[in-house]
This record gives sequence, C-alpha cells and structure tokens, in this order.
Amino acid sequence: MNKIFKITMAAVLLTAASCKKDSSFLDVPPTQVLTNDVVFSDPALALSVLANLYDRQVDFSNFDDGWRSFADFSESFPSENGSYYIVQRNGWDYAEWNIWDYGYIRDLNLFIQRLNASNGLAASDKTRFIAEARFLRANYYFEMVKRMGGVPLITEPLEYDYSGNVTNLQKPRAKESDIYDFVISEAEAIKGQLPVNANEKSRASAGAALAMEARAAVYAGSIAKYGATTPQVSLPGNEVGIPASMANGYYTKALTAAQAIINGSAGSYALYKVLPDLSDNFAAIFLDKSSVNQETIFIEDYKVNSGRVHSFTVNDQPFSISDEGYDAGRLNPSLNLVESFEKLDNTFAPLPTKDASGNPIFYNNQLDIFAGRDARLAGTVLLPNALFKGKRTDIFAGYLLADNSILSSNEAGSLKPLPGTTTPVQVVGKDGIVNGLELRSQTGFYIRKYLDPQEGSGRRGRRSDVPLVRYRYAEVLLNAAEAAFELGQAPLAATYMNQVRSRAGLTTPLAAGDITFDRIVHERRVELAFEGHILFDMKRWRLAHIVWDGNPMSVTDLVSNIGSAKKRNTQPWGLWPYKYYNPASPNNGKWLFRETLPGPVTGANRFQFGNYYSMITGDITAANPKIVKQPNQ
Amino acid sequence: MKKLFYLLIFTTVIAASSCKKDNYKAPGSTLKGRLVYKGDPIGVEYNQVPFELYQSGFGKVGPIGASFDQDGNYSALLFDGNYRFTIPAGQGPFMWKERATGGRDTIAITVNGDQTMNIEVTPYYMIRSPQMAASGGKVNATFNIEKVVTDANAKGIERVNLYINKTQFVSGADNIASAEMAGSSITSMNNLSMSVTIPTISPTQNYVFARIGIKIAGVEDMIFSPVQKIQF
Repeated sequence: MNKIFKITMAAVLLTAASCKKDSSFLDVPPTQVLTNDVVFSDPALALSVLANLYDRQVDFSNFDDGWRSFADFSESFPSENGSYYIVQRNGWDYAEWNIWDYGYIRDLNLFIQRLNASNGLAASDKTRFIAEARFLRANYYFEMVKRMGGVPLITEPLEYDYSGNVTNLQKPRAKESDIYDFVISEAEAIKGQLPVNANEKSRASAGAALAMEARAAVYAGSIAKYGATTPQVSLPGNEVGIPASMANGYYTKALTAAQAIINGSAGSYALYKVLPDLSDNFAAIFLDKSSVNQETIFIEDYKVNSGRVHSFTVNDQPFSISDEGYDAGRLNPSLNLVESFEKLDNTFAPLPTKDASGNPIFYNNQLDIFAGRDARLAGTVLLPNALFKGKRTDIFAGYLLADNSILSSNEAGSLKPLPGTTTPVQVVGKDGIVNGLELRSQTGFYIRKYLDPQEGSGRRGRRSDVPLVRYRYAEVLLNAAEAAFELGQAPLAATYMNQVRSRAGLTTPLAAGDITFDRIVHERRVELAFEGHILFDMKRWRLAHIVWDGNPMSVTDLVSNIGSAKKRNTQPWGLWPYKYYNPASPNNGKWLFRETLPGPVTGANRFQFGNYYSMITGDITAANPKIVKQPNQ
Repeated sequence: MKKLFYLLIFTTVIAASSCKKDNYKAPGSTLKGRLVYKGDPIGVEYNQVPFELYQSGFGKVGPIGASFDQDGNYSALLFDGNYRFTIPAGQGPFMWKERATGGRDTIAITVNGDQTMNIEVTPYYMIRSPQMAASGGKVNATFNIEKVVTDANAKGIERVNLYINKTQFVSGADNIASAEMAGSSITSMNNLSMSVTIPTISPTQNYVFARIGIKIAGVEDMIFSPVQKIQF
C-alpha cells in the first residue's frame, strides 16, 4: 500500500513538472552574456563598452607599441641590438604603416546604431556617448586617410544576407578629399554635443573635436596645395590626391576651427607656463596631469598600480641612472634634430665644434656648447651632463691625447691610466659612447620628452603613467599659423607662432615677413618632435622623398642648410664629446666635440613615391575587386 | 615485452601510411628574360623595379611579385599554365603600354616548361657606347645619350651620375663615390664625359665597378648603363 502511494506521488510530480512548455524550459536567460537591452539601458555598462572603443584608437607613436614607434626617420638612433635594422635598411616597405581595421569601424557603427535604438538611457548620456563614438570613428578615418588615402567610407554596420553574393558589401574607395570632408563635418556636428571643459582630457571634448578638425583640414589643405608638385602621387579617381583648387577652402576651415579653440569657446586652453626654467617647463607639459595643465587637450592616460602603465621610461632612461639593470637608453635623439633647434636670436647654426681654421673648440662644461639655444632643446633631449632624477648623465667617448690619438675603451665606464700616469681613471662615460654598445647613448643624447622623473618609474615592476599627448594647444596654434600663412595672412601667422616661440625662450618676435614655408616646417619639427607628426608632416608637404632621398649624409650635408625644409635627413648622426688630456696645454681637462656617425648606421633612408600611401594588401584587393591600387605600387 | 610489440606495430603503421604523397609538386618551370629596348639591355637599380605575374582561375586573384636585378634580368619558378605579366604603375625608367580603358596593359604568357621571354619596353633615354677607364686615381667615362621618347610623353633629364662601388652592386644607394652632372648643364647629347675620384678603399683592392645612371625628371627609377669592372 505504502509502495503504491509513493509510486503515485512520483508519477503525479513528474506529470505536473512536465506541464511547463518545452520552449520556456529551454529559454534560460544567459548569466555570462549581457544583451544589448541590458547594456544600452545602463550608463555604466554603455560607458564600459565605450572604454573598449577608446582603447582601440590607433596612434603612430604611442606607448603601447613601445619605444620603437618613436624611433626612425633619422630623428633618433635606436640603441638596441635587435633594432639596428631601423638604421641599416635603405627605405621602407610599401606596406609599412598600413591599417585597415574595419572591424573597429563596424564596432563603432554598431555602438552608434544600438545607442540610437535604446530607450533606457538619459538623453544627456545618450547624446554624449553617440558624440564620443562619432569622434572616435572620425579620428580613425583620419588615421586611415593619413596612411592609405581615400578608403571605403562605411557609416552603417553592414549585414550579410547569406545569399552567397557579397557584391553589395564591396564598397569602392572614396576620394581622399571625401574622407577629410567626413572628418571635418563630423567634428562640426558633434562639437556642440561634447563637454566644453578643458579638464576633460582622456575623453572626447569640444576642444578635442575642434583640434582634430583643425589638424585634418590643414592636412587636406597641404595635400591639395603641395600635391601639385608630385603629380605621380595621385590616382585618376582622386582616391589619392586632392585637387589644388580645394586648398584654400580647407585652410579657411582649419583657421576657423583653430580660432574657435584659441578664442576660448571650447574651454580655457592656454600654453603651459608654470615652471621658471623654460626647459623644465617644456618637459612638464607631458608630465603634469593636474588641472594646472591647460595645454593638453586630448590624452591617452595611464595610472600606476592599476595595470595600465607603460615602459617608455624603463626602456629609455639613462643607463647610469637606471632603476633596472640593463634596461635603459634605447632612444637616442640624433644630432640632425639637436642642431635644428635655433639660437635665441632666431638664427640657425650648427653646434660649434671647430673654429674657422679647423681647430677644435674647447668647453669647460659639456653643456656650454648648447648654451643660448631654444629652451625646447633641453626640454626634449637629455644632453650630456644634464640632470635627471637628481643625477647627471655621464656621456663621453674617450680622451683626446696631446698627439691627437684617442684613449678609449670598448666597455662603458672602464678605467685606464692616462699616458705618463699609473692611476687608472675612467676613460669612457658610464652612459657610453662606445660604437655598437647597446642601451647606452650612441649619439651623445638621450630622450627627455615623456621621461618620467617619478621615483621608481624606471622599474619594470612599477613602470610609468606619463600620458600620451594626442592633441595639445601649441599644435593648435601652429595649425592656425600654417593655415593663416597659406591664406596670405602672414601677420596673423606670426602672432600665433610667436606665442609658441616665446614660451620656448625665443623672445625676439618674428615679423610677418620672416614667416616662410621653411619656418613653418621647422617650427613643427622642433615643437612636436617625437609626437608622431614627422612622417605625416613630411608626407602632406610632399617633402618626404626629398629629405629622405636615399643618399648617405656627409658632415658637410649635416652642418649646412640647417632650417631648410628640404635638407637631407637620411642618417642619424651623433655628437661625441671627448675630454682633452694634455697637461702642457691650457685646455687640459676641457671638452671638445666631434660629429660622428654611429657605427651601426649603414643604411640611408629612401622614401619612394610608392611609400606616400601605404599598400592595400593583396588579401583586401582580392576580397573586394572594387578597391583600386595605390599609385606607384 | 608486449608493450614494445604494440609500439613496434604502431610505428610501422605510421611509417607505412606516410608513404603516400601528401603534397603538390613544387613549381618546376623557369620563366626568365630581361628588359630590352630593340634588343639592347636596360639596366636598372637592383631590387627597385618590381614586376607582377597573375594567374587566374584559382579563386582569389593576387600577384606573384618579384623585382628585376640590376642588369634588368628577371626569373620566376612557376607551374605550367597561363599567366599575365605586368609592371606596376609608376615603376621603371621606361614607358609601359596603357590600355585604352585605363590601367596597365598585360602580356599573356603560356608557361609550358622552361622558357625565356624578353620584356620589350620604351625607355625615355638610353646610354649609348659608354667607355670607362681608370687613370690618375680617377674613373673617366665618355658616353652618348639617346632621347628615345620625343612625343608628348617626353621627359627631361634631372641629372646624370657616374657611380663607382667596391662590389658589383652599383647605384645611388650602393656606391663609394659618385660624380654628378645636372641635366640643365647638358648642351649636347654626344661625347659627354664625367670623372670621379676613387677614394681609399679598405681593405685595398685594385679594381672598382662603375656605371652611369640617368635620373629622368619626374621618374623615380634611374636607367643605367651595364656595369663594368675597372682595374687600376
């Protein structure tokens, strides 16, 4: 009896449980996947999706790709055994620098589409998120057009219909000018929807949108104007190349956008003028993350102890001051760059190493040879005997003896007795210079820009949180100056340029008549060194095939025509300090300098017409026959 | 013991089944030739003038690319089949046929066993009867220039260089010394002469390689005379 009861009960229970519909039984909400409805109704979740999109931005020189993305173009020498190829090759592959991440574009388009469709967010959040995604999309198209020229302009997520036919998804390349127009019009459209706040630096702000617009318009204007000098670098459908007639329109837009920032309508941006020492002040632009810094507009931020840190300081700190044994000294600015910093009277001159009759000039202190120059020099470059973290760099290549021979060593910091003495003394600096000795300076210089003076910043365990500056006010001023100059408003150009220059200690203002194309080129090179501009600037002015012409540089090439936009710049030279030892001479113990080409430099940069626009690789053209090839490839 | 036996069986089976061919034959037909103008060879810079071969009919189409050597020779190891040969736009110191509809023309090639095919092109200029000899620590060269393209496509001469190098690779990128003559200073195309001082070579050698190159205005690649080895 009891048994029958149990069986019946079991049967009843089973039957009752089965009453649930099969479909609802199988339809279990996932606990690991967030659906669109959930994500786009919570501002915190939507922001975290946006954070991923921010993180996928592409910059030419950046900390995530490492110090090597700052090297090259003869502006610096790579002091690392595995990286000498940079100065041993004779040019670049056509595919170098290409990007084609339509996966990122699709994610941005989907983000915008889903936000537009969502109802759960406050209107203000929704507007701002959409504006930020449009900013990122425009910024990525800008990055693509700089490298590839016109690319397919996709602003909606494309969907495949499983019909086996993909021709409706194969989009041809837009004109180069169309992409620039898109960047400019997007910036115009979103600037009113982004916060007007100079302290909003790592998310898009109105200032960032306008700075992007000004830069894009100045790029487009110069490609239109100077592209006329290289008719080979263009395609019949204008996928590459912009008609010269459009130049003035772009320059006008650039000037308007830059002036919107300059007149304060996008937030209170200003040049950074805080520290009394102008070189320290210049270096601090890249270090100061407080609200005192009104110069940086849009940055990629880092934070110590959060996991989001970078190794720039670990890789590039001076060897003798390194926090980490044998991890230092990789990026050595070249003499080519160092000598291009002007003297304080606005003139260009090589660093004086020899007098008129060819005899060496002696200096009491290594720093004396650099005296009276643009303060940005010592702010960008760590000179021999310069201070970092309270210590001085120790850079010299050896002793020059009375008989004109050199006493040196193959090991940095090694000791040898001088002639006529028995006590060994140090004959090479602890930071080099020894030809081919990696991780020490081989040009006589170390990098200072972005180098973090914080305690422990050079340790692999801690690393550094110095931000990467993507847009800053000084560049906006230079864009305004360039646009004004090209529009024939030289006095206005001089006003903007003099602001940047006086901050660097060049207090004698340039007159309107002094502003030339060469001046514009030079000012950007020294102000924005190592900020990822040099390649794109040389490309848009169509100077790249002239300055990187593949011919090796002689000393005469090196020290002549400084300040000329077309000066050859194919090999990174160094300035090697020597100590003079001749007890009979009044110059005993003083310093002299020699221009020296570091031993590993065997190649000479050659930029070909086919390098102006990076190759669209075969897998892309094979998948989409509508893509036309780049010129000269 | 038994374990060893199984292991033996296992390896035998694997070895036996591996005997089957698992791959295609490697391409075995050589296509080679050189750049010529009416039978005269054209010299270019090593590794700077590319060519492309296309074979359609196998799904996606992409080029088989390589470049000419400095004497204008090329070669490619291919499967037998039908190919199209072309030189990409803007490459080489010569003109390449354009199709009326736009785009570069291609040469159809049927590869069936080894074969030699010279590529006939129209250079803007040719260096004629180059004579080079060393005397007094210099390499002296005399030569004539023939202007080949004289119609609307004609281009001027930007400069003429005499390069010398200690190895057989001689060009703007590979040289130990060079002399330069601006195109504007050329008044006659005949009996041109140039000379370049031979620098000290370490380790010493008593010969250099020399050749003359013309840089044509608006064209990236230079056209060269044949390389000569010069004793001194």
